[in-house]
Formats: sequence, structure tokens, C-alpha cells
Amino acid sequence: MKNPRLQRAMVTAASSVLAVFVALAISAIILLITGKDPVKAYSTLFGAAGESRVLQGMANRATPLMISAAAVAIGFKMNLFNIGVEGQMRVALLTTAVVGAAVDLPPVLHVAFCLVVAMTAGALWAGIAGWLKVKRNVNEVISTIMLNFIALSLVAWAFDDFFRVESPTESLLVKTKELPTSAWFPDLVDRRLNGMFIVAILLLILFWVVVWKTKFGFRLRASGGNSGAARATGVNPKKMILISMLLSGAIAGLVGMRALLGDVHAYQNNLAEQQGFNGIAVALLGRNHPLGIFFSALLFGFLGEASGKLQLEDIPKEITTIMSGIIVLAVVIINEAVKRWDNRRIQRKATAEIEAEVKS
Amino acid sequence: MSEAGALAVELSGITKRFPGVVANYNVSLRVRPGTIHAVVGENGAGKSTLMKTLYGMHQPDEGSIAVNGRGITFKSPTDAIAAGIGMVHQHFKLADNLSILENIILGNEPVGRRGRIDSEAAKTRLTELAASLGVSFDVDDLVGTLGVGERQRVEILKVLYRGAQILILDEPTAVLVPQEVEELFATLKRLVAEGRTVIFISHKLDEVLRYCDEITVMRQGTTVATTTPSQVDRRGLAELMVGSDLPDPSGRETPIGSEVVLAVSDLSVAGAAAGAKLALEDISLSVRLGEIVGVAGVEGNGQFELCEAILGLMPLESGRVEIAGRDLTGVETRERITSGLSYIPFDRHREGLLLDAPLWENTMLGREDEPTLTSGPFIGRRKAEADAREIIRRFGVRTPSEQVPAFALSGGNQQKLVVGREMATNPMILLAAHPTRGVDVGAQAAIWEELRHARDHGLGVLLISADLEELIGLSDRIVVMFDGRVTAELDPRRATPELLGTYMTGEIQDREAAR
Repeated sequence: MKNPRLQRAMVTAASSVLAVFVALAISAIILLITGKDPVKAYSTLFGAAGESRVLQGMANRATPLMISAAAVAIGFKMNLFNIGVEGQMRVALLTTAVVGAAVDLPPVLHVAFCLVVAMTAGALWAGIAGWLKVKRNVNEVISTIMLNFIALSLVAWAFDDFFRVESPTESLLVKTKELPTSAWFPDLVDRRLNGMFIVAILLLILFWVVVWKTKFGFRLRASGGNSGAARATGVNPKKMILISMLLSGAIAGLVGMRALLGDVHAYQNNLAEQQGFNGIAVALLGRNHPLGIFFSALLFGFLGEASGKLQLEDIPKEITTIMSGIIVLAVVIINEAVKRWDNRRIQRKATAEIEAEVKS
Repeated sequence: MSEAGALAVELSGITKRFPGVVANYNVSLRVRPGTIHAVVGENGAGKSTLMKTLYGMHQPDEGSIAVNGRGITFKSPTDAIAAGIGMVHQHFKLADNLSILENIILGNEPVGRRGRIDSEAAKTRLTELAASLGVSFDVDDLVGTLGVGERQRVEILKVLYRGAQILILDEPTAVLVPQEVEELFATLKRLVAEGRTVIFISHKLDEVLRYCDEITVMRQGTTVATTTPSQVDRRGLAELMVGSDLPDPSGRETPIGSEVVLAVSDLSVAGAAAGAKLALEDISLSVRLGEIVGVAGVEGNGQFELCEAILGLMPLESGRVEIAGRDLTGVETRERITSGLSYIPFDRHREGLLLDAPLWENTMLGREDEPTLTSGPFIGRRKAEADAREIIRRFGVRTPSEQVPAFALSGGNQQKLVVGREMATNPMILLAAHPTRGVDVGAQAAIWEELRHARDHGLGVLLISADLEELIGLSDRIVVMFDGRVTAELDPRRATPELLGTYMTGEIQDREAAR
């Protein structure tokens, strides 16, 4: 392992894995306190990993998490904390459901059209926060949280007053007009794993190429790493803020598409709920790196999918929610500690190598 | 309280190891009471480590400490303070929104009845102390309203208030103008006259030779000599520090060209707050081909705004910026850079480096549009790495490779990397703000040499510096900035630090008087 960058990546990955194990240990203590057997709980939980149905469900659940984590991560790369993925996703969901149902297009084109509409809607909504930051220096954390509330209310009102259609068959479920089948995203495994999983993976690969391999990505990382230095070398920080907010919003617009195009095929309340927020946790655990996000999303997807098994053993499935929460806390704490240790290690090593060179 | 004839401080055989590094090796320091004792050495020579040992911030691996003739071990600074040692840090640790009095008693408040702070008692003691120092100020003034020199005196008062008999001052003059330096030493002389002892850390040789009683020189972690100002001259002291013969300052080899590479005319920039006075007022200056124009001034008199305005990072109220005859007013920063403008920023950490990124990314910063470093929209990593290796080699950056993150380098090597990056583009005009700030003597000489070399090949340099020796030694012309205006233009052959100081403090503001 000569390459220092590879070494750092290994240390980073190891710290995330450590955080997961710490979370497992703490959750075990919680199980013990509540009088449940942690060994039985964990063997049930991870025993489920052998079942292909569970694995398919895991990938399916991981799909929106990967996308929303990518949306959060691209903001993080620029030191922008976009908490508004949930709201951007919601605006995109209703817009796409309505616009998608209103047009008539051939199959593949219709899906592509819907994805573009979703990205545009998400980008525009996130753009408000970007514009506020650039023009009025409004902190994006505050504005995106506020815009989440506005998006939620706005979408609920628009849905209730304009776009809802009473379903003749399922009278209790109100939805928008159903999308024609040409706009449906096909399943990989029928009713278990939707094809959006592939889109999510492609998106992560694209994310990696753009952020780590292109000039634009370099400017983005430079602005995030040290906005002062980026500015002094002629990278316009305002432009970068606006672009990264728009990009983040566009990706956020795709978060709900597995649910909309791949599952329900119409907008309804609670559709894809919380998936925008869950992406923040996945991005944190994945350290904003596509590979990390991929595995973290699978882990969270797995916990969600396998939690049902716990109930059969009379263990509350909420333990997996607690576990997710502890993972996030552990990640934040352990990453910080490991980073400090690793920085010191690198500094010492560099010093020692220089000394050795001078002596020889 | 000290035994007759005992040394105030005696460190013997001190060795301090950090993982992978021996920071101090077999260090001996003998400080006589009632003297100002200078500890000089390059950055990284181990001065700070030694002082931290003496102040109890860490424990030595080997060796002993004696204060006033008695052997002692310090577990923490609290023990050192109890033994009468006080430290004035380089970066002031004062709260702007508290008064002088509050700052001084902070953490050490005299408690009166029912747990209330007895301000009156503190005030009485403080006024006595201030009087003995020969300074007078209203202890109820907010620290935020004080100048740099006054803040430093507050720091000194703070350690005296805690009963310090032995004061350690860590590079106290780095932030002061010459007049303030004199005031500081007047204060220190009073302290030693009262029987206190001052340990003065510095790498400014002139003031050490001028004001200190004894000098201990450190090099590569150990003490190499103890001498007095009467036994050694500036050059001898510098050679003790560096351990070899210094390169000679070389003169110009080529004449200054006639072509103007940077022309700034009637430049005005608004102040930070609405309604505040202008940060820059009608600045006009020019730099010709192969000319170094020095800008002297106390920090905060418009030098930063001048650079920002030339770079196009700050909106102008009025005025023009031309590079090589081309009007670049209103043009984007990146285009100015590609037109031949380069910038060594004031603060390498804030504006110069991506500390977490590898060196090759740092040397690519701002140059990622150069076709030699990229292919289309993609970064050319191999090319950028090779380019970084070349900069590292040419500027003597000490690093294991171009892959290590920038934070792993010492300050001097970070600065060399920034200078190397900015010169690698073969610019026509370089804005160099404090190009050798905080770097050791060796790196300083290397950077000066590069500047001279580039100048001889036609580079125009606008050199902003607080190091007056550097300004006088490198510049072909010196302008002085005060209060957002150019108040003087001087010939460096006739300028002295004292004369420059007079203009920098605004005592003389008449441009004509200087000529």
C-alpha cells in the first residue's frame, strides 16, 4: 500500500465499518436491558441475509437511498448541507405524476421524459435555496429546512385541491391520475426489485467520474475544501454554490421515481416519505463517496427489509431503527476521532520520511 | 526569594521526542536572573518545543529543569505558573468583547463576599502593575478597541498579574511596527530592572542583537551556541542559525524594462460596512517589466483590498486595472490569471492551499484550465503529478512525494509550494503578499532567489510585506500605504526601517515630503 490516497481510503472505510460494529454492540446492550436475547435477535436478523427475497428487497429499498445520498453528498463536496432533499423530492413527485400523466409518448421516451421533468422540478426547488444563499447569504441549512415545510404544504394543497382523483376500485386511496404504462419503469425481479436500481448505480458511477475526474469536480471539491483558495484562483464561489444546489436538487428529484414510476404509478400522500431524510444518514455513513454510499444504502436497505423477521421472534422491529440512529451517531464520532488520528499519522510519517532522506 | 547567584532558569540535557521525531536533543539553556535572554533559531529548530517544556505544556523525556536553583518538574502550566513562569503567546488569547480588566482576571478572579467578583481589589493591583510597567490605560476599556501593541501589553500584564517573575515571549515582535517594537523593549527593560527575567524567542536578528543581553542559538533541535551581542554580528548569528554560509544578496543583472506590465489608476474600493470610509482611495501605481515594487504598510491599511481589486475579487467604486496594456477592469478573475497575473496570497492556509488534498492537486489549483494539465473536461492526473514533481524539485519543497496531503508539510514547505505554483505559469505580473512570512531562513533565501531570478527574466512583482528588510532588500521602488491611500514613494537605497515606520504609522502623510 504505497499510495497514500488508497491508504486514507482504507482508513476511512475501516472507520465506517468500526462504527457499524459499535452500533451493533450498543444495540445489543439495549436488547439486553429490555430483556431480549441479542444473540437470537442478530442471528435472526443476519440469518435473513441468505434469502434471495430479502436481498432483492434490500436492493429495492437501497435504490432511493443511494440517489438521495448522492444528492446530499454532492452538496457536502461543496460544503453545502442540503437538508431539503425531502422537499425537493416531494415537489418533483407531484410535478412528474401530473405532467407525466398529461402527455402521451412512446414507452422508453416517456420514462426518460418523466425523469427529466423530475430532475427539473427538483433542481428548481433547490435552486430557491441556492439563489437565497448567493443573493442574500441565507444559510442553506435554514432555508432548505424551511423549504421542506413549504414544499410539504404546497404539494398537499395542490394535490387535494387540483390533482386528486377518486379511485373507483380503491375508494379509500386518493391518488392522482394514473400514469400510462408507457411511463412505467420495468422491474428486474417482478414486484420485488425495480429497474431504478440500475439507474441508481449508474448515477453513483457518474457522480464519481464528475466529482473526482473532471475539472468541474475539482473546482467543486476545491471550493468545498477551501472556498478562500478557490476564490483566489478564480473559481467563482457563487456560481459553484448555485450549480451544486441545482445539481443536488436535480438528483433529489429522482429519489421518488422508483416509488412513482416503478411501483404506485400515481402520486399519493406518504409516497416515498422520509427517503430524502434517510439519504443524509446514508451519505454520512458512506463518507460522501459513491462506493461508501452504495454499501451504506445496502446496509440500511437490509436493516429495513430484515426487520420484519424480528417480529416473528417477538423482538420489536424498532430495534433496527434504533440501530440506524446509533450507526449515524457512531459514524460522526468515530470518523472525527479516526480522522484526527490519521492526520497525525500522515504528518508524522511525512516528517519521518523527510528526516530519513536528509540523513541518507 | 531566589538563592544568591542561582540561575533563573537552567535546563540541562533536555530531550523531547515525538513519535518519529526528536524535537529537542540534549538542550541546555542557562538564563541569568534580571536579563533579557534571546532564544533564536530557524522555524523548526525546536524553540517552541523547548518553551512548551519550560511552561509545563509537556514533559521532557530526559533532562532536568531548575528554576531559581531548585530542581523542579512541571506536570502542567499550572505548576509552571505557581513557580513564577508566565508565557505571552504569539497569538493573543484575549476576548474582544471584554474589558482589559475582565480579560486579565479571567480564570483567576478575585472572589469577594458571597462569591462576587471583587473588581475593586483587582483594579487597584492592576493599576499598580501598569504603573510599574510605565503604561497607562483605562482598565475598563474594551480590548476590541485596542491596537496590536496595546493588546500585547495587556497579555504581559496578564502574566504579571498572576505573579510571573520569569516571562517567556514567543515571537512577540512579529506583529509590531518598529516604533511599537521599541516601546515593547522599553517595557521589557523596566521588567528586568525590577529583577524579573525575560526569555525572548525570535528569529529577527537585528532586534535580538540590539536589545537582548544574552543569546542562545538553536539549530536542528539542539542548542549550538550561547553568545552575547558584543561577541557576534548579524551575519555571524545567521550563520550559527543556519549552520552554513549564507548566500550573498545579489544585485540586479538586467535593467528594468520600459513596458508597464501592471497599471492601476484612480482605484477606489468601498469599505466593509455600509457608509464606512473607502477601503481604497484613488490608488494609482504601476509596475514595469522586470521591476519589483514594494508596498509597505501596517496590515489593514488597504493592502489586502488592493490585491483583491487587482484580482477582480472585489467590486470597484472607480478606477482601472490594466495588465500588459490590456484593460481588465470588470473582467473575471480567471481571465486575469490566464492573462498573466499570479497571486501569492496573504494567508496560505486561508487562500492558498487545499490542506486535505494531495500536493499535486494543490499545484493544479487555479491552473486546471491549462491544456498541459488536462485532457478536455477531464483532469490529466499523470500530467498534473509530473508537473507537481517538477515544482517540488525546482523549489526544494521537502516532502516524501507529491501524493501526501498539504497539511503534512511544514509551513515553510507549504509556502514554497504556493510560490512554486504561482511562478510555474510564467506570469507577467506577480502579486506577492508576504511571500516569506513564517518560513525559515533557508526557505526565505530560496524564495528570494526565485523572485530575483524571475525579475531578471522580466517578471513584474508587486511585493507586499511586513518584513522591512525584505522590502528594502528586494524592491526597486517602495510605496507606503496608509489608511487606504498611497502616502509615499521611496527609494529603497535611501529608506531605513525607521523612516518607513514613520510613514507606516501615518506620522508623515505627504507624498512630496518623501522625495
